[in-house]
Amino acid sequence: MTETGNAGVDTGRRRRGGRRGERLMVERAEFTSYYGRPILKEPTWSSLDIAGYFFLGGLAGAGSVLAAGAQLTGRPAMARALKTSSALAIAGSAAALVHDLGRPGRFANMLRVVKPTSPMSVGSWLLAGYGAAAAGACASALTGRLPRLGTLATVGAATLGPAVATYTAVLAADTATPAWHDAHRHLPFVFAASAACAASGLALVASPVQEAGPARRTAVAACAAELAATEMMTKQLGLVGETYEQGEAGRLMRTARILTTAGAIGAALLGGRSRTAAVLGGAALLAGSALTRFGVFEAGVASARDPKYTVVPQRSRMASRSEDADPAASA
Amino acid sequence: MAQDTDTSGSGRRTGALRRLLSGPEPDPAEDAGHTGAPARVGFFTDTSVCIGCKACEVACKEWNAIPEDGIDLTGMSYDNTQSLGASTWRHVAFIEQNVVAASLPSAQDHSDVDVFALASGTEAGTAGAAEKPGDGAERDGVRWLMSSDVCKHCTHAACLDVCPTGALVRTEYGTVVVQQDVCNGCGYCVPACPYGVIDQRKDDGRVFKCTMCYDRLGDGLEPACAKACPTESIQFGPLEELRERAAERVEQLHQRGVTSARLYGHEPDDGVGGDGAFFLLLDEPEVYGLPPDPVVTTRDLPQMWRHAAYAALGLVGAAAAAFLPLPGGRGGR
Repeated sequence: MTETGNAGVDTGRRRRGGRRGERLMVERAEFTSYYGRPILKEPTWSSLDIAGYFFLGGLAGAGSVLAAGAQLTGRPAMARALKTSSALAIAGSAAALVHDLGRPGRFANMLRVVKPTSPMSVGSWLLAGYGAAAAGACASALTGRLPRLGTLATVGAATLGPAVATYTAVLAADTATPAWHDAHRHLPFVFAASAACAASGLALVASPVQEAGPARRTAVAACAAELAATEMMTKQLGLVGETYEQGEAGRLMRTARILTTAGAIGAALLGGRSRTAAVLGGAALLAGSALTRFGVFEAGVASARDPKYTVVPQRSRMASRSEDADPAASA
Repeated sequence: MAQDTDTSGSGRRTGALRRLLSGPEPDPAEDAGHTGAPARVGFFTDTSVCIGCKACEVACKEWNAIPEDGIDLTGMSYDNTQSLGASTWRHVAFIEQNVVAASLPSAQDHSDVDVFALASGTEAGTAGAAEKPGDGAERDGVRWLMSSDVCKHCTHAACLDVCPTGALVRTEYGTVVVQQDVCNGCGYCVPACPYGVIDQRKDDGRVFKCTMCYDRLGDGLEPACAKACPTESIQFGPLEELRERAAERVEQLHQRGVTSARLYGHEPDDGVGGDGAFFLLLDEPEVYGLPPDPVVTTRDLPQMWRHAAYAALGLVGAAAAAFLPLPGGRGGR
């Protein structure tokens, strides 16, 4: 509300950036708003529910992939642990989604239509199918009954799992929220990598050291991928990228980066020898993944709250469009 | 613009699919499955004649039985409504701009002016000149801009596209309406709207927005806000007709020297395929709290799904590689 006081003076005309001289630069860096008020509505979602749902969906989806790998390569303890965590996580994820609804009693309306233009509709059907497979795989693994059906469910969950882990990035990106929409090319990679961090972290926590080799390798690869994807995303976002670096979102993203890196390195170096190191590394990876989702969520909220992130990118888009249309004018 | 109306049926399948997500779409009602639909209707809000009376806000609240949503004194000129929301479907913005007093009509020496000739023109005759004061000139005068904002009823409505329940629908009039008996309050439409229009009523849980008085349209009546507007700043009618009328009005204002007059949301090839409710503004859109270049988010949806697929494949590939029996100690050091 800094503009309110001098609204009468120039309606929130603010100047950004330095005095780099040329007229064009000054014009571009300046932006106007209506009393500094947001243009967009920030999500009505509760961060605990929705960022939690992103995290749990990732943990479940990527976990099912690792569970199938563990089963196929003869790692029964790891497979059992991951199947259990995936079933629980997806149940928690669905519960968070329903809890966040304004009318939880109408949750079944999510399956009223099939709508490819709505990632939430696609996701609801995906969750329905995946949830059944993950639950079946878990039940069979824990009871030891119907092993053939259990294997089928394991394969089914591993097939749908990667979609469950990444569609949430599309869900976030398919909004007008600048920090999410403008990141729509990178966000799926951030989410996939973060999901792999969480699932490998869980595998490290819950499986014996001698079975967890692939989890350690996945953790290292996922950590590297997440750092790279996040870095590229923030760079490519330009001005909007600062929402991932400042304030609450910045704190969450930085802490997430430290936890993820520490977890992956710890697991890789010591996780093969020490069960304690594996558990600690895995826990750090899990926490890092969760914080990444909360960070992404908060960055989105921050980017919707400040009209700067709506106006400035749209203005520069218009400017480059008119330069394209009339190159002579910019020369 | 106009030539698109003829080619609507002949596009290839892919072209038709793409058109459903973004770009010019001549008949959204028909594309939504309505056959023999009436002409698409809309609002043309001419802010150059808005007097800020808020009759539209009141009429909307009354007709639609919208609950009270906070009585605040904001200090934002005469705007205590603040923004569109779940319980505010018309919002009159008030902008006070400090301008060079000498450039205002009131500050000039009118002793030699023929007032009858002036009366046939417009009061805001020199507003264009007032808009951009010269550097160093003292801004010691004030001009007021007023504008009644409303849901844009986009040709490509992101709220409708992302709604997972089908609660948001395209009506036969080409407008966008929430079916309140279907909405489960998931809130996805709220961040999806590029104009920040639709919102959730927290105590109710569902989302609400302007219906363009769907119940009145069925009876051949104009929406309550347009009916109540005393200056015809809010005009309702078939969209094609409104676009023609708006183009004439801008031309007229330009001829009278109001060079700052411009239309907003009228182009069928803009980021949302054109608005069902468009505006004549006297300054940049963002001055009124409107996005300068809104784009329907689903325009990029195919690309988003493609990248999600790549990421998902990457996840599978990385996991597969991690489980392969390794001769060396790759990654496990």
